[in-house]
Amino acid sequence: MAVHPPEARIWWNEPVPKGELLWVAVAFLWGVVMFVMMIWWHLEGRQNLSTEVYRIDPEVFRSRVEAFVERHKVGEEGTTGIPVARVPPGGDAYMLGRLWEWWPVLELEKGKTYRLHLSSLDWQHGFSLQPVNINIQVHPGIEHVLTITPTQAGVFSVVCNEFCGVGHHQMTGRIRVVEPGTGG
Amino acid sequence: MATATAGLGGLAGLAARFRTCPVTGLKVDAAAETLIKANAVAAVVFLAIGGFLGVLVALTRWQGVHLLGPDTFYLVLTAHGINALLLWIIFFEVAVLYFASAVILNSRLAAPQMAWAAFVLMVVGALAVNWAVLQGDSSVMFTSYVPMQASPLFYLGLILFAVGALIACFVFFGTLVIAKEEKTYEGSIPLVTFGALSAAIIAVFTIASGAIILIPTFLWSLGYIRHIDSVMYKLVWWGMGHSSQQINVSAHVAVWYLIGALVLGAKPISEKVSRVAFLFYILFLQIASAHHMLVEPGLSAEWKVFNTSYAMYLAVLGSMIHGMTVPGAIEAAQRKRGFTNGIFEWLRKAPWDNPAFAGMFLSLVLFGFLGGISGVVLGAEQLNIMMHNTLYVPGHFHATVVAGTTLAFMAVTYLVLPLIFRREVMFPTLAKWQPYIFAIGVAGTSLFMLGAGTLGVSRRHWDITFSDAALGFDYPGTAFLMLALNGLFAILATVGGALYVIVTVATVLFGERVGPEGPKTPISAAPAAVTAEAVGKYGSAGTLHLPGTYVLITVFFVAFVLYYFVNWKYLSELWPMS
Repeated sequence: MAVHPPEARIWWNEPVPKGELLWVAVAFLWGVVMFVMMIWWHLEGRQNLSTEVYRIDPEVFRSRVEAFVERHKVGEEGTTGIPVARVPPGGDAYMLGRLWEWWPVLELEKGKTYRLHLSSLDWQHGFSLQPVNINIQVHPGIEHVLTITPTQAGVFSVVCNEFCGVGHHQMTGRIRVVEPGTGG
Repeated sequence: MATATAGLGGLAGLAARFRTCPVTGLKVDAAAETLIKANAVAAVVFLAIGGFLGVLVALTRWQGVHLLGPDTFYLVLTAHGINALLLWIIFFEVAVLYFASAVILNSRLAAPQMAWAAFVLMVVGALAVNWAVLQGDSSVMFTSYVPMQASPLFYLGLILFAVGALIACFVFFGTLVIAKEEKTYEGSIPLVTFGALSAAIIAVFTIASGAIILIPTFLWSLGYIRHIDSVMYKLVWWGMGHSSQQINVSAHVAVWYLIGALVLGAKPISEKVSRVAFLFYILFLQIASAHHMLVEPGLSAEWKVFNTSYAMYLAVLGSMIHGMTVPGAIEAAQRKRGFTNGIFEWLRKAPWDNPAFAGMFLSLVLFGFLGGISGVVLGAEQLNIMMHNTLYVPGHFHATVVAGTTLAFMAVTYLVLPLIFRREVMFPTLAKWQPYIFAIGVAGTSLFMLGAGTLGVSRRHWDITFSDAALGFDYPGTAFLMLALNGLFAILATVGGALYVIVTVATVLFGERVGPEGPKTPISAAPAAVTAEAVGKYGSAGTLHLPGTYVLITVFFVAFVLYYFVNWKYLSELWPMS
C-alpha cells in the first residue's frame, strides 16, 4: 500500500507495466506538441504579443500622450469631454491608464496597422479590449508598443481588468474602428 | 490489514508517548497527534471564514443580487483569498506533513516545541493579516501588486505566517531524519510520505520566494525602501503564489494515494513511475511563476515559452501520470477485491457511500478535467492573451484548489476524525452527501466562471454593468447568465462546505469516542461477496489488467486535445498583433 514502504526493497528496478509506460509516452509527446505549438505560432501565427518595451518616466509618457492628443484630436466622445484622437493610418497611437480611466478615445481604420503605445501613470492596470477579448497587463514606468491591426469596424471598449482600487470598476476606455475613408 | 501490533518493545520511556492505531497498526506519537489536531482545527476555522466570504463574493458578482457595496466587496474578496487559499490550505498541509512523517513512519515527531512555536506564529500571522484587511486600508487583493500599498501589518502578518510554515516544514524534515535513524521503518519511505516530502521541498522554495519579495515590500510600506519594481515584484511574488499551489498539488495527490490505500488497500501500480512523477513536480513546477507573466511587458517570448510550459510540460506530465496511476491503483485494488466483471464494475461498485472515497474520486476527476485542462490552456503563451485577468483565471483555480485540493482534504478528514481524533463521525448521512454537494457546487462555479471568462468578463470587478463609468460597455447577456449560475452553484458549494464544517466540528466536540477495537464504521470498504481468485502480485508487470482506467484516460486525453485546439482556433480570429 501507498502508506507502507515499497514491497520490493529495490523498487527502482521493477519493470513498469506496458500500459503505464504507453501513457507516460503519450503524455510526454503531447507535451512536446504543446511546446512546439507555441513556437510555431510565433513563426506562423498572427497573434503574438509584442516584446517592444521601454522604460519610461510616467510624467514623460503623460506629456507624450497629451502632445499626441493635441495633434490628432478630432472631437470629444459624446458629452464626456474625453478627447477623441484620430490616428493616421499606420501611425502611432497612444493610450494611458490612470486611476480611473483609459485616455484618450482612439479612432482607427479597419484593416490598417497601428503602433499602440500603452503605459500607466500610477498603478498596474489591465488593458482588456472587449468584445474582441485581447487582455494585456500595463505597468507604470514601462511603455509597451504593440503592433495591432483591427479587423472589425465598430465601437470597442477597454475595460480595466487589473484591480486598481475602489474605482476600478469605473475604469473604461474606448476605441472606435471605422471603415477606411469614413473617419470623423 | 494488520491489527494491533502488540508490544512497542525497546525503550520504555518512549512507549508512553505512543499508542497503537487499532485500524492500521501504526504507532501514533501523542505529540504528533495533538499537533495534527491543532493544525486541522485551525484549518477548518479558516475554511469556514474563507468559504463564507466566498459566497458573499459570488452573490455580489451575480448582478441581479449584487449584495455588497464596492468597498466591502474588494475587502471581502481580499479576505476570501487569504483565508481560503492560504490559511485553510497551509494549516491543513502542516497537519498532513506531521501525519505523513510521524504517523505513517511510526516515528516520534521531531522537536514538538518547535512545531508548537510554528503553530503559534502561523496563528498570530493569520490573525494579523485578517485584522489588517478588516481595517479597510489593505484591500489590495491576495496578490497585493505594487505600487498599490497595504498597511505594514498586512505584509508582516504574511511574513509571520510564512516563517511558521517554514518551521513546520523543518519539523517534518527532522522527523524523516529521526525515523530513518531510529529505524522505525524498513527500506524506502512510503509513497504518501514521498508525496508529502515533495510538497515540503516545494514549500521551502515557495516560502523563500515569499521572503525575498515580502520583506522588502514590508520595508517599503514602512518607508525604508523607496521603490519596488512592479514587474520584478510579480515575478518573485508568483514564485511564492504559484509554487504554493504546487505544494497543494503534491499534498493532495499524496492524499489521493493515502485514501486509496486506507479505504481499498490500493498500492501504486509502479513505485518508480509515481515517484518520478512527484520528482517532476519538485524539478519543474517552480518556474510556473511565468503563468502570471504571459501578457506582461518586459519579458522575452523565449523566457515565457520555456517557463510557462514547465520546460516542455514536464510538470504537466507528472500530473498526467498521477491522473492515470491513481485510478489505476484503485482499479487494480478493486479487481483484486473481486470486482472483476466488465470494464467498469470496479468503479460502479466502488464505496461511493464512503465520503472519504467519494470525495477523493470526485477531486481526482474535477482536478483533471476542469482544473488541469483549463490550466494548460490558460498557461499557453499566446492563448493567455484571450484569458488573462478574466474570470477564466478564478474558474481554473477554483477547479484546482477547491474541487481538487479542498475536496481531497475534506475527504481525508473523514479518515482523520476516527483515526486521529478518535471520534465516530457524527451525522453519517450528511457526511455521505457532503462531498457530492460540495463537488457539484464547485464544479458549477468553476465551469460558469470559465464560461464568463471566455466571454471576456473581468475578474475582481464589482460592476460589469459599468453603471458609474463615463464610458459604458455591455457584456453579452450570456455573461450575466453565467454569473447568476455561478452565484447559485456557489450557494450549493457553501451548503456542502457548511455541512463539512458542521460534521467536523460536531464530531470533534461531541462525537462518540472510538473504542480500543477501532471505529464502528469500518475504514476499509467491503470486498465483493464472492472474492475472485487473487490476482496475485499485481504491483508488477504482466499481471495488470486495467481496461477501465485506459477508457477513462482516453476520454480525458481526447477532451484535452480537442479543447486545446479549439482555443487556438479562437485565437486565430483575434485582431492580428505582433
